[in-house]
Amino acid sequence: MAAGVGIDPISQFQIKPIIGLRPFGLDLSFSNASLFMVFAVGVISAIMIYGSSQRAVVPGRLQSLAEITYEFVASTVTGVMGREGMKFFPLVFSLFMFVLTANLLGMIPGSFTVTSHIIVTTGLAVLVISVVLIYGIAKHGSHFFGLFVPSGAPAWLIPFMVLIEVVSFASRPISLALRLFGNMLAGHIGLKVFGGFVVMLTAQVSIFTVLAPLPMILAIALTALEFLVAFLQAYVFAILACVYLNDALHPGH
Amino acid sequence: MPVRSSRFVRQGLAGFVASVLTAPLVVSAAGAATPSLSGEKAAFPPFDVTTFAGQLFWLAITFGALYWLMSTIALPRVGAILDERATTIARDLDNAAQMQAKAEATALAYETALTEARKNAQGIAQAARDTSTKASDARRHTVEGELAAKLAQAEATIAATKTSAMTNVRGLGSEVAVAIVTKLTGQTPSATEASEAVDQVLARG
Repeated sequence: MAAGVGIDPISQFQIKPIIGLRPFGLDLSFSNASLFMVFAVGVISAIMIYGSSQRAVVPGRLQSLAEITYEFVASTVTGVMGREGMKFFPLVFSLFMFVLTANLLGMIPGSFTVTSHIIVTTGLAVLVISVVLIYGIAKHGSHFFGLFVPSGAPAWLIPFMVLIEVVSFASRPISLALRLFGNMLAGHIGLKVFGGFVVMLTAQVSIFTVLAPLPMILAIALTALEFLVAFLQAYVFAILACVYLNDALHPGH
Repeated sequence: MPVRSSRFVRQGLAGFVASVLTAPLVVSAAGAATPSLSGEKAAFPPFDVTTFAGQLFWLAITFGALYWLMSTIALPRVGAILDERATTIARDLDNAAQMQAKAEATALAYETALTEARKNAQGIAQAARDTSTKASDARRHTVEGELAAKLAQAEATIAATKTSAMTNVRGLGSEVAVAIVTKLTGQTPSATEASEAVDQVLARG
């Protein structure tokens, strides 16, 4: 929302409290971000629960959508983790659908993009890694830490290898969170900037107004790209979650 | 595909929720220490630490609700629908295959019955032809035998008639010869002379 003629690509990320909520001095207000989280859950539930309520053998449109997403995520999960990975299916499915729906809801003009806030993506990434750690240690005990010891390395190299493995493991939630956050933030800023150029060029009629279609075309192309990115980032998030969860299932190197 | 959230996943989720509910305390303490990152102007919203607690809080609630809805209602139901469809299709295909096998068996049985019947019909026709040929042959044989016997009888009759006729002719000849000689010479030759002369003539004749 450009104020006047200037470009303000940042205000779209502003958190605005809707219902104030401050227990123990904490700001837990229900904000526009919370509202779009609720929207995302509502949309997913509408597709998955209302869509499948007919239980038709020959599916309708909404049920087809529910089945396609189910089979898509299920094939991703089994493709990475095998059949036993299906115990993580609800988690991966919820992650994929939450990120995808939040990304796509963010594409509606004037809406809020939940996943453009680093704390949200960090929360999801920490969830994935904590499930990996808790499940891995509970299932395999100390054997789980064999993940950090590459087999077949010479003994004097082991300390360095372990250090590298620990660092790479620790960087997983960071890269998982930053990738999604960065993509969504940059895409939405880019859209706003190019949209703002169109507004600036057409606000006052001058010789430069002729150039207005150029950023307009770019903004259209960027919109298409952003839809692709919205899907792709959700898929990348889900498949990386699968890869990390696979380490908890099979910690052998 | 059975969708059952494992105990460990639930533990992980519980751990996440717990950490999220305690995180705001830490985060808000940090937020109190550094009110905003960019000094006098308002902080860049995604890095505004004061909003972190609320966002995490509502993320935990909404994502927890989503996980619960998906794992207990939506995914088992969709999985059941897909399973049911797969079994229905498999059963229908099986039925169709059985039907086809049955139809093929029936067609085969029909074919064998048809060839057998055709073979039988040929056999019957052959037998009928054989018996009729045999019967007609036998009849022809008897008829031929009868005809041969009649022919032989007729030939014998003819021969007898011929010999008797020939004797009559000789007798008549010798009488005529006696009469002619008597008329010409006035002398009457004896019957034996006449008959010898006739025999001589006949022998030359």
